[in-house]
Amino acid sequence: MAKKLMKGNEALAEAAIRAGVKGYFGYPITPQSELLEYLSRELPQRGGAFLQAESEVAAINMVYGAAGVGERVMTSTSSPGFSLMQEGISYIACAELPCLLVNVMRGGPGLGTIQPSQGDYFQAVKGGGHGDYKLPVLAPNSVQEMAEFVYDGFDLADKYRNPVLILSDGALGQMMEAVEFPDYDVEAHKVDHSDWATRGRRKGHDHNVITSLYIQPDKMELINQHLQEKYRLIEANEVRFESIMTEDADYLLVAFGLSSRVAHKSVEMAREKGLKAGLLRPITLFPFPSEILSQLADQVSGMLVVEMNTGQMVEDVRLAVSGKVPVQFYGRQGGMIPQPDAILHEIEKYYEEHFAAEVN
Amino acid sequence: MTQLFPEKTDDPYLYLAGDESYKCELIEEMNQVWRRPDSLIDTPMHYCPGCGHSIAHRLLMEVVEELDIVERTVGIAPVGCAVFAYNYLNVDMQEAAHGRAPAVATGIKRVLPDRILFTYQGDGDLAAIGTAETIHAVNRGEKIVIVFINNGIYGMTGGQMAPTTLAGAKTSTTIFGRDPSVHGHPLRIAEMIAPLPGAYYVTRQAVNTANHVRKTKKALLKAFQYQIDNVDGTCFVEIVSNCPSGWKMTPLESNELLEDEIFQFYKLGDLKLPGKE
Amino acid sequence: MAKIHGHISINIENCKGCELCTNECPQESLKMSDNINKKGYHYAVLVEDNCTGCTNCAMVCPEAIITVYRQTKQKRQPVAVISNVTENLNINID
Ligand code: SF4
Ligand code: SF4
Ligand code: SF4
Repeated sequence: MAKKLMKGNEALAEAAIRAGVKGYFGYPITPQSELLEYLSRELPQRGGAFLQAESEVAAINMVYGAAGVGERVMTSTSSPGFSLMQEGISYIACAELPCLLVNVMRGGPGLGTIQPSQGDYFQAVKGGGHGDYKLPVLAPNSVQEMAEFVYDGFDLADKYRNPVLILSDGALGQMMEAVEFPDYDVEAHKVDHSDWATRGRRKGHDHNVITSLYIQPDKMELINQHLQEKYRLIEANEVRFESIMTEDADYLLVAFGLSSRVAHKSVEMAREKGLKAGLLRPITLFPFPSEILSQLADQVSGMLVVEMNTGQMVEDVRLAVSGKVPVQFYGRQGGMIPQPDAILHEIEKYYEEHFAAEVN
Repeated sequence: MTQLFPEKTDDPYLYLAGDESYKCELIEEMNQVWRRPDSLIDTPMHYCPGCGHSIAHRLLMEVVEELDIVERTVGIAPVGCAVFAYNYLNVDMQEAAHGRAPAVATGIKRVLPDRILFTYQGDGDLAAIGTAETIHAVNRGEKIVIVFINNGIYGMTGGQMAPTTLAGAKTSTTIFGRDPSVHGHPLRIAEMIAPLPGAYYVTRQAVNTANHVRKTKKALLKAFQYQIDNVDGTCFVEIVSNCPSGWKMTPLESNELLEDEIFQFYKLGDLKLPGKE
Repeated sequence: MAKIHGHISINIENCKGCELCTNECPQESLKMSDNINKKGYHYAVLVEDNCTGCTNCAMVCPEAIITVYRQTKQKRQPVAVISNVTENLNINID
């Protein structure tokens, strides 16, 4: 299939239709509104239901209902809207309903800005709502991946009966790049959910019930343990990352999403100067690629985490390397994007301090 | 099947009633004129004695059985006393977050339009935390049945004021009585939504007497039939009910209060009938 | 007017003693027992044989534990057949 020039948000929306989404429920918020607009135009003609809800709160609960009948459903929003959805996501996670969520992050806290940010990392990977739950989090860094991760996201959701989050940002959502949609056979990827989905009582069966309420604490504890087992399984099987020039690296940058693009550029610039920097890009933020980071910590002498926030993923990196090497942080906030030069400057500073290297 | 008489009949009343020659001829399947609907799961309900929730549950199951839609129906349970409605209603059920039942039902109806959806919500759920979801679901004319149990109090959390609590009524958060200038006014939500174009059928019923129960059943039958007929709009059945525990009364006293005071404010009857304004 | 025979049975172990049925019975056929069931509630019992099977008690019983029976027409046996030149007349006495 020929490549097509598309905005990230639109590519994601198109991929969702191709992945067989049967329901989209959302609410307009910059910078993800193109997604909503695209689906409002296309989805009803291509076999799905589109509904603009009265709020993000309603939208996520519509997703809860529709996911509960075992159909592929999704919503998308941006940071403040994602906060509003946390209640529903917690319920969805506990009731183990497969669905796809998209957060096209913007600068916060509060109403913040409409420019790109990565300030929702904690909210995305540590739970976000109340109670102990996790979402597999996929972090694309290109328009192509905005599209591809939709298929992965739905498949993961169906496989684990868990909501899956695509954590993007305003820049990726708005930028135009060439994108190629993979062949994807929706029927072949269909998972039979009829044993738990509430599609109307099946003949000869008792009713199906979807709930997140187990009033007896011992029962609720079992539910918690069951969820945790599932998350361990996800950690064992689904870690994804990208290594760039790490084979011979003695200094490692760690960045995800948009900042990994900038960091990539900085690593290339450092290499030109003879500095052996490398980049590890976590693609799944949960499960976090801790093992590879721990291995790389034995190889490199230091790490630099680059994020568009005040330092969130850096905590997970530090946990992963558990003190083996110093882990530094460079970040911009509030909708500002780090510049390759500035990151390069950080790299150079490191080499000067630690190797007394003359960097020209 | 129900047990006719207990083993031990040291009860003088039972002895009287247990007259063999009398009972044998009538207690037969063919003579049965009313029995518990099969879809009402055969387990004691957790509701307080005399609580109207139980009656509303039973009516819903009678209605889905009579309309033969047990296998097409999906119900949404609320947060509140009826949070465990799914333990009694043997149709597929989802438990919604507080107030979000109309949104949850919307989600299902939009992806599976041939299913019959109902939400079952109390006053705190529907008229306070879920007001937006209620109004917008009705305004979109979602093809669902909203069953609204209005007992003017938060029963499950221990009898706090609800949006529908009458002025002057004492609750655990209005111990000197609800003062509208401080606590706001009682909300007539059915009157609010009836004028919306998306509302197809809006009615207010009760379950405190046998006749009211029969009327409520008729209203529910109508509402579900409309949905089966795929009419353009939402059906809203309010049931003004009691909460003996929350009102701190016996069931009989609570039913009297309904007749004496509450129906004066929440007038029973149809608020919107198809084709009439 | 012929009297209609009815009867009810109550699953007394699930009765919660709310007294709604006794209050609603037009025939005053029901009373609350002095005994209590396993849950500790005084339960309702049919104490008169004048029940008409009107279902009022079953309508208001929150626990849905009352089954109502009513004598069906088909079950009635003619007690007398009066012959007439134009037609036969069956008389039922209830
Ligand atoms: S608290 Fe009130 S509404 Fe809740 S079950 Fe008891 S009587 Fe019914
Ligand atoms: S069926 Fe009617 S007459 Fe018979 S006990 Fe019940 S209420 Fe009374
Ligand atoms: S109405 Fe039902 S629960 Fe209440 S006393 Fe009568 S039989 Fe018992």
